[in-house]
Amino acid sequence: MTINWISLTALLPLIGAVLLATLPKGAELRAKQFAFGATLVTAASAIAMAVQFQRDNTDLQFVEVRSWIPSFGINYAVGIDGIALVLILMSVILAPIVILAGWNEAQGGRWSVKTFYILILVLETMMIGVFSATDVFLFYVIFEAMLVPVYFLIGGYGTGERSAAAVKFLLYSLFGGLLMLASIIALYVMSGDQGGHTFDLAKLAKLEMSSTTQNFLFLGFFIAFAIKAPLWPFHTWLPDAAQSATSGTSVLLLGVLDKVGTFGMIRYCLTLFPEASKTFTPVIIVLAVISIIYGAILAIGQKDLKRLIAFTSISHFGFITMGIFAMTSQSQSGATLYMFNHGFSTAALFIVGGWMIARRGSSTISEFGGLQRVTPVMAWCFFLAGMSSLALPGLSSFVSEFLVLVGTYTRYPVAAIIATVGIILAALYILIPVQRALHGPTTPGNENLPDLNLREKIAIAPVLAAIIALGFYPAPLLNVINPAAIHVNSQLGFTDPVPTVEGK
Amino acid sequence: MNSANYLYLSALLFTIGAVGVVIRRNAIVVFMCIELMLNAANLSFVTFSRMNGNLEGQVVAFFTMVVAACEVVVGLAIIVTIYRSRRSASVDDANLLKR
Amino acid sequence: MTSSLIVYLIAIPLFSSAILLLAGRKANKWGHLLGTLASASSFGVGAYLFTQMLAQPVEERAMTQKLFTWINVGSFNVDASLLLDQLSICFVLLITGVGTLIHIYSISYMSHDLDRRRFFAYLNLFIAAMLLLVLGDSYLNLYVGWEGVGLASYLLIGFWNQKPTYATAAKKAFVMNRVGDLGLSLAIMIAFASMGTVSFAGIEEAAPKTSTTTLTAIGIMLLIAAAGKSAQFPLQAWLGDAMAGPTPVSALIHAATMVTAGVYLITRSNFIFDAAPTAQLLVVIVGAITLLFGAVIGTAKDDIKKALAASTMSQIGYMTLAAGLGPVGYAFAIMHLLTHGFFKAGMFLGAGSVMHGMNDEVNMRKYGALRKFMPITFITFGLGYLAIIGVPPFAGFYSKDMIIETALNAGGIKGILLGSAALFGAGLTAFYMTRVMILTFTGTKRWDDDAHPHESPILMWLPMAILAIGSVVSGFLFTRGDALVHWLEPVVAAHEHGEHSELLPPIVVSGIALTIVLIGISIAVMMYVRRPVENVAPENVSALTKIVRQDLLQDAANEAIFMRPGQALTKTLIAVDEKVIDGAVHGVGAMAIGSGAGLRKTQTGYVRSYSALILVGAAAIVLGIWVITQ
Repeated sequence: MTINWISLTALLPLIGAVLLATLPKGAELRAKQFAFGATLVTAASAIAMAVQFQRDNTDLQFVEVRSWIPSFGINYAVGIDGIALVLILMSVILAPIVILAGWNEAQGGRWSVKTFYILILVLETMMIGVFSATDVFLFYVIFEAMLVPVYFLIGGYGTGERSAAAVKFLLYSLFGGLLMLASIIALYVMSGDQGGHTFDLAKLAKLEMSSTTQNFLFLGFFIAFAIKAPLWPFHTWLPDAAQSATSGTSVLLLGVLDKVGTFGMIRYCLTLFPEASKTFTPVIIVLAVISIIYGAILAIGQKDLKRLIAFTSISHFGFITMGIFAMTSQSQSGATLYMFNHGFSTAALFIVGGWMIARRGSSTISEFGGLQRVTPVMAWCFFLAGMSSLALPGLSSFVSEFLVLVGTYTRYPVAAIIATVGIILAALYILIPVQRALHGPTTPGNENLPDLNLREKIAIAPVLAAIIALGFYPAPLLNVINPAAIHVNSQLGFTDPVPTVEGK
Repeated sequence: MNSANYLYLSALLFTIGAVGVVIRRNAIVVFMCIELMLNAANLSFVTFSRMNGNLEGQVVAFFTMVVAACEVVVGLAIIVTIYRSRRSASVDDANLLKR
Repeated sequence: MTSSLIVYLIAIPLFSSAILLLAGRKANKWGHLLGTLASASSFGVGAYLFTQMLAQPVEERAMTQKLFTWINVGSFNVDASLLLDQLSICFVLLITGVGTLIHIYSISYMSHDLDRRRFFAYLNLFIAAMLLLVLGDSYLNLYVGWEGVGLASYLLIGFWNQKPTYATAAKKAFVMNRVGDLGLSLAIMIAFASMGTVSFAGIEEAAPKTSTTTLTAIGIMLLIAAAGKSAQFPLQAWLGDAMAGPTPVSALIHAATMVTAGVYLITRSNFIFDAAPTAQLLVVIVGAITLLFGAVIGTAKDDIKKALAASTMSQIGYMTLAAGLGPVGYAFAIMHLLTHGFFKAGMFLGAGSVMHGMNDEVNMRKYGALRKFMPITFITFGLGYLAIIGVPPFAGFYSKDMIIETALNAGGIKGILLGSAALFGAGLTAFYMTRVMILTFTGTKRWDDDAHPHESPILMWLPMAILAIGSVVSGFLFTRGDALVHWLEPVVAAHEHGEHSELLPPIVVSGIALTIVLIGISIAVMMYVRRPVENVAPENVSALTKIVRQDLLQDAANEAIFMRPGQALTKTLIAVDEKVIDGAVHGVGAMAIGSGAGLRKTQTGYVRSYSALILVGAAAIVLGIWVITQ
């Protein structure tokens, strides 16, 4: 008997959520432990899947197709390539870390602690599903359904103006999703004219359509993903959501959910609409460069720690989008690696930032000060996370950022040069909060803040270790990503620009 | 006699009923106007039935009568209740759903 | 295989640094010993490798060690691979040698600091990163070390970051270095796009086939990188503030090693600069401007460390100038770099020793007559002083003289301009260094009452003494039989000294240089020995002096050109983001709400108006059907 690894991995958290729901109401600690255990099992299952993954095979692997709604040609169809595998791994590794790091953040919510963890587990199932779906309808359903748990996580357990932020997030994302739905319906109708109704991604990719149609349908998908990712100027929901959400939710939101946008650009925009992708590339590169610089400048000016991290992410998503649409091997691989690394460095920033905020009771940067003396371990973790965010060579994010830049340069030198200015701005947006929060004399009220406890150290250690280890040795990830990324480009008919002079 | 005349009468009755519904305030009168419109429709059905030489229109007319009877029962009950509670049968006073 | 030892050069201090950082307070007792031991072991490995190299024939001296494939995507293939050749071994010995001495010095200097362990962890981290910088066999490997030293420098400048000004100085250094890193990044990108490789060997091979325009672009980008790291004009402003770090840091990082990385980069990239005359010209211009800029700033500094920092800037200007003069210059740049490593590190340690005895006072106007109280410091500092101003037979004489000669021989008006800049700089150097000597060690005492100057303990003066010996003999050793020039020949392809037509014979040049130095000394003596020195800086000075005191307005310029417009831009964009972009988003929401409110007015609650509407609607539909079917 063969095991359907994707379905198994995706189902585990869902089963966990159902079992969790049967727990009695007061058992908060047990709910936490159970949820943590469920995410660990899921991670183990995903890692078992990754071990069996054939990295040189560019076809989709672990494919499973079951008929779901036959009258509309809708299937439950899943399968992963290297890009999807890396993102699934990132999601399932981050989930237990988020639970462990934010052990107490569900308290003070509108609903019970148990509900919080049920929502997180349901969300994890959807995260795995959205990265592995190969049926466009299935993808769309999960893409939209993911909004629901996040909406409740922000609106129910956040701080400040959580309801407003949750509604803004939901409506904004829904708007993009509806544009995508229109495009999907159009694809479906066209598929009926060309050999039978289907939502199968591979079959839809072979549809014949005029360039005008392709352009419009592409925009439907792209705007949905650009809102999700978020790309300038569709970004304004993110800072609000990140500011209001708990730090664990923010990690899942920025670290994983937003990757659905950039992942979708690769998997759906490029695959379904190759010609339109080429047509719009110049515009998208410009938007990406604007995102990089704009996000960085706005991050520099933020007074709230969480908003600051959100804006740095906008800058980073600019890099990812630029890498995807520059369509060279280096930029494409770099973009996927960037997604993975960004997940970890943002997770580190949000988690440690969340601890700082929880201890101080405020997320305003100027309320901190001198934490280096008071809580040295926490300060070090924040500093390291910041260094990762500014892509210090030797840390993982440098590899991906440099790959994106160097790959983009070979095709769009001007964009790459402007984007490189982002590295100076990155130094500013990290070092300014580092100085304000960690350096200087200790601000009154901070003298007795406790340093990290054992649980917190255990939670952050794997993240920081991954950041450092993958900076020195990114080969395990790159070996998985490369074949898939190069396959994406070659399907579009892109080969790398050849250097003018052949060196050694 | 030309069947079209029945239709003209039906249209006239319907128009009177419709105008009555729009311009009269007393709920009872509005109600009677609605009945007038229903019966105008009934007249049309019967006329069409006769013109087409089948019974389907007459069947519908019976249905309409039954519906109208039910409506009268429920409607009058509501009007009486409203009159009891606010001493007025004017439809303009009953605008609670606005808010 | 000896080449398999290369990695240990880096691994030992890196590992030690990790232990010290992770062990926390538990390592407080032995942290400094482990740190020093790590640095010394690294030096031992370096020395062993050096002897092995000496035993090899010239063409087999360069060794590489491939560790693993670092990044491999498509044609972008970078190995984590180390290259130890004649150029890098010079740096390895300088970094680990001077580094170890400074570790030893710091044991005593930092003994009262609670965070001494952390200090040694950072120092080890720096040694590891700096070694990676000089040992990497490709620009990308170098980049890792390049930013690594930047990080270590940031951590060490901000070592006492509870003081806001120190934290700001650290941030400033990091950010200005990042501007330089921008250049390095772009250089690597251009190199990869045009030559398909980023390794030194690959680019050296491809360079002759590449267009001059491309090479010039790469050269200029590398120059920006070098300017950032080496505090060269126009990215020089961070170095003075970097003196916020503990003095051993200033000696090691901001005098002897890290700040010379730019010179290393240019020398290493000789194959690019030799083929890109425009970039090379820019290098000499930057070098010449900086050597004068630093020297001028140095004349007005009362803070002993900042005076030395200005001097460092100026001396690196000399090196950059030499490196820009092409094949003949590289070896002299490196020679000056090495001798400078000795005498400047020695003088910084001397300054630290003085501060140690004077309650951390840095204002030279509050020193005076320390000669009697700190004889060893005085002698070692004095030897360094004689070396830097270029008195024969001290080290600086040989190395600086070579640079001046090469500059003069550069040919035509360029040679005369550069030569005179270098000569004038030598005069200024003599002036400000004499000033430092006089203010600190001679004259009357101008101390605060609570100062009790005393000689430093042996752990501090021993490194100073060793460095002083280096300042005396190194120049002679390097030039005996052109030893260093020949040693470096395989790397920088240096031609025989004196291949160019000589503008003036060497002996005349030395004569002129010495005369100018003497003039500089005499002016200083007249100003500071003949006249009494006040213990506060006089206010009634010329406008020029005031400008020089403000570092020739470098900070004001940076503020006016970058900082304030940047802040204004940030504020504007934040407002735009809130009002325009988010405003548009909220506008859509408001529109929906507004139209809802408008439509709500039609819901009057009057049955009759509803029924009228139904009637009108029904009539409209009937009319519509009628119109269509007509």
